[in-house]
Amino acid sequence: MAATGTLPTARPVGGLVLAFWRQGWAGLRVLLVLSVLLGVAYPLAMTGVGQALFAWQANGSLLTAAGARTSDRSQAVGSALIGQQFEGDAWFYPRPSVAGDGYDTLASAGSNLGPLSTDLLATVEERRAQVAAEDGVAPGRVPPDAVTASGSGLDPDISPAYARLQVARVAAARGVPAADVATIVDRLVVGRDLGVLGEPRVNVLRLNLALRTMGS
Amino acid sequence: MSAVQVLTAVAQVLIVVAVLAATHRPLGDHVARVLSSPRHLRLERAGYRLMRVDPDADQRWSTYLLSLLGFSLASVLLLFGLARLQDRLPLDVGAPSMDPAGAWNVAVSFVTNTNWQWYSGETAAGHLLQMTGLTVQNFVSAAVGIAVMAALARGFARSGERGRVGNFWSDLVRSTVRVLLPLAVLAAIALIAGGVIQNLHAHTDVTTLTGGTQAALGGPVASQEAIKELGTNGGGFFNANSAHPFENPTPWTNVLEVVLLLLVPFALPRTFGVLVGDKRQGTAIAATMGGLWATSVALLTWAEMAGPGLVPQAAGGAMEGKEVRFGEAASALFAASTTGTSTGAVNAMHDSLTAPGGGAALVNMLLGEVAPGGVGSGVYGMVVLAIVAVFLAGLMVGRTPEYLGKKLARPEITLVALSVLTMPAVVLVGGALAITLPAGLAGIQEPGAHGLSEVMYALASAGNNNGSAFGGLSTGTPFYETLLGMAMLIGRFVPIALVLALAGRLASARRVPATAGTLPTHTPVFVGLLVTVTLVVVGLTFVPVLSLGPVVESLS
Repeated sequence: MAATGTLPTARPVGGLVLAFWRQGWAGLRVLLVLSVLLGVAYPLAMTGVGQALFAWQANGSLLTAAGARTSDRSQAVGSALIGQQFEGDAWFYPRPSVAGDGYDTLASAGSNLGPLSTDLLATVEERRAQVAAEDGVAPGRVPPDAVTASGSGLDPDISPAYARLQVARVAAARGVPAADVATIVDRLVVGRDLGVLGEPRVNVLRLNLALRTMGS
Repeated sequence: MSAVQVLTAVAQVLIVVAVLAATHRPLGDHVARVLSSPRHLRLERAGYRLMRVDPDADQRWSTYLLSLLGFSLASVLLLFGLARLQDRLPLDVGAPSMDPAGAWNVAVSFVTNTNWQWYSGETAAGHLLQMTGLTVQNFVSAAVGIAVMAALARGFARSGERGRVGNFWSDLVRSTVRVLLPLAVLAAIALIAGGVIQNLHAHTDVTTLTGGTQAALGGPVASQEAIKELGTNGGGFFNANSAHPFENPTPWTNVLEVVLLLLVPFALPRTFGVLVGDKRQGTAIAATMGGLWATSVALLTWAEMAGPGLVPQAAGGAMEGKEVRFGEAASALFAASTTGTSTGAVNAMHDSLTAPGGGAALVNMLLGEVAPGGVGSGVYGMVVLAIVAVFLAGLMVGRTPEYLGKKLARPEITLVALSVLTMPAVVLVGGALAITLPAGLAGIQEPGAHGLSEVMYALASAGNNNGSAFGGLSTGTPFYETLLGMAMLIGRFVPIALVLALAGRLASARRVPATAGTLPTHTPVFVGLLVTVTLVVVGLTFVPVLSLGPVVESLS
C-alpha cells in the first residue's frame, strides 16, 4: 500500500529514487495481473469463440481443389483470401507481387516505391508491354491493377476489367469458347459491399477453380 | 474518376460519420461514468488485491506521474525480455530472439502507443510475444492515454485540492476492463466473421492449385487486430499490416476498422466535457478535431483518386501499394484516419501514396496528433493547444487568460509552451541528425526530395507516437532503432509529465467565476481560433522542411 502513498512537497533526491523504485515494483505487479487477463485469457477466449462460431474463417478461409470450404491444411489448395501465383496461359493471372519472389506469405510487402520513382516507372511500362503482348490487346487498355504491385503482395483479387482482358487468352489455351469463360468471370464479379464500400473485384483463386470444374 | 466512384467515396465517409455521430455521446458518457464512479467491480477488487495497490488513494500529480512511469518502465523491461527470450518460450513458431537494439525498439514502440515496426511480424514475432507482449501493451498504452486525460480533466474540475488528480491504478484498470476490453471482444468477433484468422497454428505449407507451395499462416490475429485499431496503436500482426488480407479481408471490415480507429478518440472530448462540468467545451474540441479530420480525408481522397505524378499517370491510377478490394477511396479514408489518430496502421503503403496524399498524411502527424489524435492523447494535446489559443486571445485584449474556470498564469503557460515545443524539437533535431550522419543517409531508398520525405515521415511518426512509415526507409539498423526509440520515448513521456504537472497546478488553484470579459471557449469563433492556432504552430515550425520534401515532389 505504501507504493501509492502521497509524496511530500519537498524531498531529497534519494527519496525520489526510492519512490520511483516502489512505483516500478507496483507497476510490474499490475502489469503481470493485466497480462494474464489481456494477454492470455482474452486471446484464448477469442480463439475459442472463433473456432466455435466461425471455424472456417478463423482457420484461414481455406478451399479444396473442388472449391469446397475446409479447415484441413492437407486438403487445401490455398486460402480464398490470399493470392497465389499462377503461371501458364491456361490460368488467370493475379496482380504483380513483390512479396518475396511473388505471393510469399512469409514476406508480405509492397514495393514502397514513391510516385516519382524512375525505377517503378520503368517496371510499370515493362509490365504494361508484357500484359498487352500476352493478352493481345493495345497497351492503353491494360488496367492499373495489372501493372502495379499491391500493398500486401498477397492481393487475392483483380479488377473485373483485368479479368475480362484475360478471357480470350485463357479460353484459347484451354480450347473452349471464350463466351463460356466470360460467363464464369461475370458470375464471379463481386460488387461493392453494401453497394458503396470498396471496389468491384474478382477473386483469382475462385476464378481458376471454376475453370477446372468447367471440364476442360 | 467517374461519378459512381465519387459518389461511393462520399458515401463511405458518410457511413463512418453517421456511426461516430451516433456513438460519441453514449460512449463518451460511459467513459466519464467509469472514470468518476466511486465503486469498483468485483473483478477489479480481486485484481487490486493481487496487484497489492490501493485504488482509492487520491494521488498528487507527482505520485500519479511516478506510478505511470513505473508502470511504463516495467512494461518496457518485460517486453524487452519477451522479445529477447521468445525463442526459448512456448508458441514461438520459429521466431528467433531479437537483437538488443531491435528488442529495445519494439519495447519502447509498443509501450509508447507508437507501434513503429522495424520487423516483419510473420517471421520475427512468435505467437506468445504477439499475445502476451504486444496485445497487452495495445490495451494498456491506450488506457494510459485515457488516464492522463482524466487527470487533466480533474485538474480543471477541482478547486483547492493541493495537486491531487486521482488514482493512476484505478484509471488504468477501469479504462482497460470497462471500456477497451468489452469493445475489443465485440470487434474481434466481427473481424473473425469477416475472415480475420484466430488460431494458434504455426505457418505450415499447403500445395497450391498449380502444384507450388505456399505457407498457410496461423496466429491469434483478430484479438490483436481489434485492439490495434481501438487503442490507436497500429502495430500489425503481419508486415503488410491492415493491407494484409488476414488483417483486413473485405471492404466492410475495412470500414469497420476505420470506425474502430476513430471511435474512442471522437468520444473522449465528450468525456472531457462531462468531467469538467461543461459538455459544450467537449463539443467545441470535437468540432475542431472533426473539421481537421474531414479536411484531410477530402484532400487525401482527391489526391489518390486524381492520381497525379509520374508513376500513377503511367499506370492509369494510383494503385501501387493498394489492394483491389479497397481501391483508392477506401485507402485514402484509412490513411487520413490512421495518421490523424496516431494509429499508424496502414491498408495501403504510404510510401507509394501520391505526393500530395503522402504530404497530407505527414501533415496530419505534424499537427501533433490532435485530429482527433490518439486515445486520450488527442484530447490532452488539443486542450494544450486550446490554452495556447486563449493565451493568444488574452494577449490581444490585455487580460489574464483563463480556460474552463482556471486562471492561466506564467507557470501554466510555461508548461504548455514546453509541451507544444517538445515534438517539433524531437522531429527536427532527429531529422537533422539522420540527414547529416552517414548511418542515417544509408537507410534512404530514394535520394532527393522523396528521401527527405522518408526521413521526416519516420521522425514525425516516432515523435508523435503514430507508427506508420514510408517503408522505403531501411530502419532495421542500430542507428535508426536507437534514434527512433529515443524520439518515441521523449515524444510520449515529456508531454505526459508536463500535462500532469499542469493538472496538478490547476487542481490546486481556485475556480474563478466567468465574467463578461471571459473569452467563451465553446463558440464557433473559438473553434476557428483553435484550428488557426493548430495550423499556425505547425506551419511556423515545419514549412521549411515540408517545402523541401513533399512540396518539391508535388511540383516535379
